[in-house]
Amino acid sequence: MVGIVIVSHSRNLADSIVELTGLMAAGAKVAAAGGLEDGGFGTDFQKIYQAIDSVYSEDGVIVLMDMGSAVMTTEMVLEAYGSDKVSMADCPVVEGAVVATVSAQAGMSREEILSSLKEVGMTAKF
Amino acid sequence: MICNIEVIKILDRIGDKIIEEKDFLTELDRPIGDNDHGINMAKGFTEVKKVFETWEENETTENQELGSVFKTVGMTLVSKVGGSSGPLYGTAFMKMGMLLGGKKEMSFPEFLAAFQAGVEGVGQRGRSTTEEKTMLDAMVPALNAMKEAYEADKDVKAAFTAGVKAAEAGVEHTKDLIATKGRASYVGERGIGHQDPGATSFTMMLQTAEKYL
Repeated sequence: MVGIVIVSHSRNLADSIVELTGLMAAGAKVAAAGGLEDGGFGTDFQKIYQAIDSVYSEDGVIVLMDMGSAVMTTEMVLEAYGSDKVSMADCPVVEGAVVATVSAQAGMSREEILSSLKEVGMTAKF
Repeated sequence: MICNIEVIKILDRIGDKIIEEKDFLTELDRPIGDNDHGINMAKGFTEVKKVFETWEENETTENQELGSVFKTVGMTLVSKVGGSSGPLYGTAFMKMGMLLGGKKEMSFPEFLAAFQAGVEGVGQRGRSTTEEKTMLDAMVPALNAMKEAYEADKDVKAAFTAGVKAAEAGVEHTKDLIATKGRASYVGERGIGHQDPGATSFTMMLQTAEKYL
């Protein structure tokens, strides 16, 4: 099963997004990497690295980020991680997290999930 | 030529300067950012200084190759800063390190080549260029001025002075710019009149390097 990682500047936000995905995809492999080691706001290289590691398998991992340094730090983690099976997805993080975990739980491949995540930001809410 | 011990000393002084200016840099970030630039940078450089202290204690300072010095500084900033300045400055130092591998001293042209790689790294990491109210608005003019000045009369000190002046002018120029990258882009034209914190911290680094060169 594809692993999903949620990166946010806020520990609470990342944890809560993971909690929210449990409503529809309780069986998904999803990890939160929110905030800094001391609980403050920011993005933590080690935390992101470990979160990816915790859900990694041959099926790969997709990382969703909120903004700014979350994107840049994740990019650097991916360079250090050195696996072509770990990708970042460019999409709204809450909606994307739900789509990604539901799809992963349903057994979709990393490529399939990445392609459906591209649509997430395009769909009108009303 | 400048040797590893001197480079480490200058980087350590840069750390002192950033830590000293923590509140000022954070204050600059308040109206156009998330109010943490100084705090984050000081956190990062406090850790960098700890690494230097460990080298000092183990008497390994003189064994450090410049490539690994710059890579260590970069990796420490990426790991400890927590805001955008972490991956941006982290990338800059790591790219510089890539060009200085195996060397225990560097010539000024070698420094310029590494600095150029660092500046390009920042542009790639932030998907940014000049005139976007970022640190690049101080870095790019500084790099160009140093290259030109050095080409003209091969005087390192004079080239550094030209670089500092160009960086300072770059910081002033960021006041007129509307941010299109980073958190400041959410503030948009309301950010006019405010100088960019990243351009400012970079200029402080260059000023410090010039002073202790």
